[in-house]
Amino acid sequence: MQYSGFKVIKEALTGHKGWKPAWRDPDPKPHYDIVIIGGGGHGLATAHYLASVFDRHKVAVIEKGWIGGGNVGRNTTIIRSNYLLDGNEPFYEFSLKLWEGLEQDLNYNAMVSQRGIMNLIHSDAQRDAFIRRGNAMILNGADAEYLDLAQIKKEYPFLNFDDARFPIKGGLAQRRGGTVRHDAVAWGYARAADRRGVDIIQNCEVTGFRIENGNCLGVETSRGFIGAGRVGCAVAGNSSRLMAKAGMRLPIESHVLQAFVSEGLKPVLPGVITFGAGHFYVSQSDKGGLVFGGDIDGYNSYAQRGNLPVVEDVCEGGMAIMPMIGRARLLRMWGGIMDMSMDGSPIIDRTHVDGLYFNGGWCYGGFKATPASGYAFAHLLARDEPHATATAYRFDRFRTGHMIDEKGMGNQPNLH
Amino acid sequence: MIIHHPLLGPRDSAEFVYLGAAALMDRPDPETASADDWHDYAYLRDNPAGPHRELWFHEGGDRSILIVTRDTTTHEITDVALARPAGAQI
Ligand SMILES: Cc1cc2nc3c(=O)[nH]c(=O)nc-3n(C[C@H](O)[C@H](O)[C@H](O)COP(=O)(O)OP(=O)(O)OC[C@H]3O[C@@H](n4cnc5c(N)ncnc54)[C@H](O)[C@@H]3O)c2cc1C
Repeated sequence: MQYSGFKVIKEALTGHKGWKPAWRDPDPKPHYDIVIIGGGGHGLATAHYLASVFDRHKVAVIEKGWIGGGNVGRNTTIIRSNYLLDGNEPFYEFSLKLWEGLEQDLNYNAMVSQRGIMNLIHSDAQRDAFIRRGNAMILNGADAEYLDLAQIKKEYPFLNFDDARFPIKGGLAQRRGGTVRHDAVAWGYARAADRRGVDIIQNCEVTGFRIENGNCLGVETSRGFIGAGRVGCAVAGNSSRLMAKAGMRLPIESHVLQAFVSEGLKPVLPGVITFGAGHFYVSQSDKGGLVFGGDIDGYNSYAQRGNLPVVEDVCEGGMAIMPMIGRARLLRMWGGIMDMSMDGSPIIDRTHVDGLYFNGGWCYGGFKATPASGYAFAHLLARDEPHATATAYRFDRFRTGHMIDEKGMGNQPNLH
Repeated sequence: MIIHHPLLGPRDSAEFVYLGAAALMDRPDPETASADDWHDYAYLRDNPAGPHRELWFHEGGDRSILIVTRDTTTHEITDVALARPAGAQI
């Protein structure tokens, strides 16, 4: 499917009957070199980079529902590379660089918008911590900028600067951060991978693995057995359920995270803003809705819907920094299932089964990681070696004490 | 979510702090446990989709810890018990 201005006008005049599917709908073949489980952002990106960078074309992506129906289509679309720790920052900066070239790479408008992200600072101690983080970012080739109060007042005049408990003292900005149209990321990667010969097989649930003598030979699915040289799992919130079928227990709990969208408003927010004293982040979509979220609900869940106390908590966070938000009506809210890991950082690694590879533990920050996660997972699947930016994302880091715990929360997944 | 506290009756879940799987009560014996046992205990979870026995600490109430059996696919709570029976000695 090709898009052009001429085609849009022609279709508008002829009742939109000429559009064709953007990717094929093939039946599964008996065998592939590489099978990827999960047609979310990470699985589709993996397939794209396998085909485009690592020259692997006998590849299938197997999705139990429809592609983009999981977290890739449910998130608040924020991208950034503002991490502190060495295990993380080079990886997320690599991801941000891939975002910057994504639309050219895919020839698809994913609406990558580097409108900037600004983390508010509310105390002197927090200023020190954020400046340290900014320095770590700069050392890793990312951009970071400390904004003092006068600059923030100029750029974001609508904020509540004199809140009695959490006065705004400054901010840490990353101008290259921003938002991306989440559905378009799934669709763009799917179309690009499909064109290079990857089979995208929807409505096909993986129900088990065929493992003989410690070797993974393929996957059992609702549409029969599919053989594979290597199998890569990228199923986000369903990671523990899937890997249990290979006899694994993971350092992961599944939790629900909610997102919210207000009615459409005229442009009011210049970029992404985050509250530093509670958990609240907000941006404005191109349609005008305020897109915002906060904490996970905090208990194990596979229900894809949350409860009201968190709705109240998130809205209170919004009111604390941006009282004008109280005038807007909430239009929609939904939930997605997060694969919360024990240190808040992801895993891209081999497993104890030969030929079986795992990608997960993204917590609620895996959207921004989509390009680098796909690239690094493709690297691991094609070469059996980790990508240079993902060497720390190992299963055994919990055994060896090399946790990558940005928040210093320990093994309490609901606090990361 | 409403949690039916065995002593205090129906309470809003917002009064509680969630502490994870009830299996965390079965701590390895420090005399005999290996490093692997501690790793598995501290970092690995069953994380089931379906009934889950889990610990809820009534921080905004009587500070007891409850074992709640809740379906993680529907949030339906089917059983609530005190983690340590009322009046038991430590
Ligand atoms: C409300 C919300 C807000 C978020 N906000 C942000 C944000 O602002 N920035 C950010 O960086 N991240 C954010 N995230 C996190 C981000 O969305 C996820 O970390 C990321 O999308 C997960 O990777 P994925 O896209 O591959 O997952 P998914 O899209 O969930 O893909 C996994 C796929 O696997 C499929 N699957 C599962 N089991 C099987 C099986 N047995 N067989 C076949 N297929 C299977 C599922 O159907 C699903 O389609 C947010 C998440 C949510 C829910």
